[in-house]
Amino acid sequence: MGFLHRHRWLTPYLLLAPGIAFLVVFFVVPLYYLGYTSLQEGTVQVGYTFTWAWDNYREAFSTYRGQFFRSLQYAGVATVVALLISYPLTYWIAFRGGRWKNLLLLFIIAPFFVTYLIRTLAWQNILSDDGLVVGALQALGIVADDGRVLATSTAVIAGITYNFLPFMALPLYVSLEQIDKSLIEAAKDLYASSTKAFLRVTLPLSAPGVIAGTLLTFIPAAGDFINAELLGTPRQAMVGNVIQSKFLEITDYGQAAALSMILMAVILLLIAIYTRILGTERMAG
Amino acid sequence: MTAAAEALPRRNRSAASRAWAFVRRHTITFFGVLALAYLMLPIVIVVVFSFNDPAGRYNYTWEGFTTEHWRNPFGPPFLGDAVTTSIEIAVVATVVATILGTLVALALVRYHFRGRGATNFLIFVPLTAPEIVLGASLLTLFLNFGTALGFWTIVIAHIMFCISFVVVTVRARLVGFDRHVEEAAMDLGANEYVTFMKITLPLIAPGILAGALLAFSLSIDDFVITSFNSGTTETFPLYVWSQAQRGVPPEVNVIGTMIFGIAIVLMLANVIWQYRRTPKGAA
Repeated sequence: MGFLHRHRWLTPYLLLAPGIAFLVVFFVVPLYYLGYTSLQEGTVQVGYTFTWAWDNYREAFSTYRGQFFRSLQYAGVATVVALLISYPLTYWIAFRGGRWKNLLLLFIIAPFFVTYLIRTLAWQNILSDDGLVVGALQALGIVADDGRVLATSTAVIAGITYNFLPFMALPLYVSLEQIDKSLIEAAKDLYASSTKAFLRVTLPLSAPGVIAGTLLTFIPAAGDFINAELLGTPRQAMVGNVIQSKFLEITDYGQAAALSMILMAVILLLIAIYTRILGTERMAG
Repeated sequence: MTAAAEALPRRNRSAASRAWAFVRRHTITFFGVLALAYLMLPIVIVVVFSFNDPAGRYNYTWEGFTTEHWRNPFGPPFLGDAVTTSIEIAVVATVVATILGTLVALALVRYHFRGRGATNFLIFVPLTAPEIVLGASLLTLFLNFGTALGFWTIVIAHIMFCISFVVVTVRARLVGFDRHVEEAAMDLGANEYVTFMKITLPLIAPGILAGALLAFSLSIDDFVITSFNSGTTETFPLYVWSQAQRGVPPEVNVIGTMIFGIAIVLMLANVIWQYRRTPKGAA
């Protein structure tokens, strides 16, 4: 202990070292290699060489522009729907939950305890041609008698919404729960209507939760490929499906890496714009 | 909105306005219950269809009740091996990620040092990066170094994405920690090591356990990052994926239900443990 006593400033660094070293080697360095691979040319047979192959980017983007915009569109719609479901739900738990709050929260987290693929397959079951939803929608005349839900954009977006909803709900709940209820009462004492008190007090105070929730939902949603694969058809393919098949099936590493880099860049750009517009850096909630 | 405000007597309150007040008050409750039902629906389907007796390969329509799949959940070929592999990977990844993550959390909460902001950033970014980018970039690392993909590359991938979650979970529990208890121990003559083992560690144990449980459930559930770094090794989610095209056997629902049940029980146990250890009135 003598050495550490004389060099106490070292203690935090010694605690950090193993964890941070691991993240640097297996998170930061791989991002460098992703960029490096995205500029390589070659095939599995002849090997890959680094040639500053910017063509990978040009080709990847022009060929898969459709999948790209579809990913952003699906992720955007799913994020909005998840917000519209989560806000009233978490508001209800935070303000009316009373002593049941923790139990009700458990319901929100519960889907996480069912393996991702299995819960998506459950949606395949629910939305299937002779499943619950299609029958009900046909009876109501919303879906034609020979119409389907599975293998459509609606099914893919529904799956994404469900799978990432807890990412929206948890930060929302945290920010709603932290609101000092007396502020809302004060607004009402000053003759604000319930609606006005909500719009002027509750909603602005929950903004950090909305921001964190939308980001935490949108980002994984934009990169997802499981829902499009299990609930859609190739016509619903997202950029994730392209990256996955290029890396793991057709070993077109250069373009696959280029697509991953573009996806990451687009997401970072959107985060930057989004947080700038909303004027906050409090992304972690 | 408080009970007191609701109870205030109001004059000239007609039946219609009372009905309207009732609707306004309970619409959100109705919506909340509906949303919870929506969240539960797929889980119910998974459990119910673990008891189904499907006619063909596809477990979509209800054909009849059977407990056959529960009696032999590891019956289908490769399923048992995949589950074993998943558990082995999750155990190793959880132990390593929990130790590394707890140390980082301790450093972040208890010390002021240069590079704190950078450390926080490095912890935060993997939490928000799309999984496919994490998986793909790790694959390019292994490809460029010619590393053979398999059990250990999956373990590395899982430790990598679990560390940040452990740090965040443990740090959240450490923030409310009362340093005076440690100072008291030191005043009574305990050295730093004894203080840590006898005071600090037992007090932060629920936080560490919560972090470990989270890491374990993330590891056992992960498909995206694993699929990029697995080679020919098959984990449980990879098994499900490979069967998805041909029709997933009901045994998968059985194992899904088991994982769900175990996770819920452990969650509840951890919550109860914490309630018991928190003195009444404390945060």
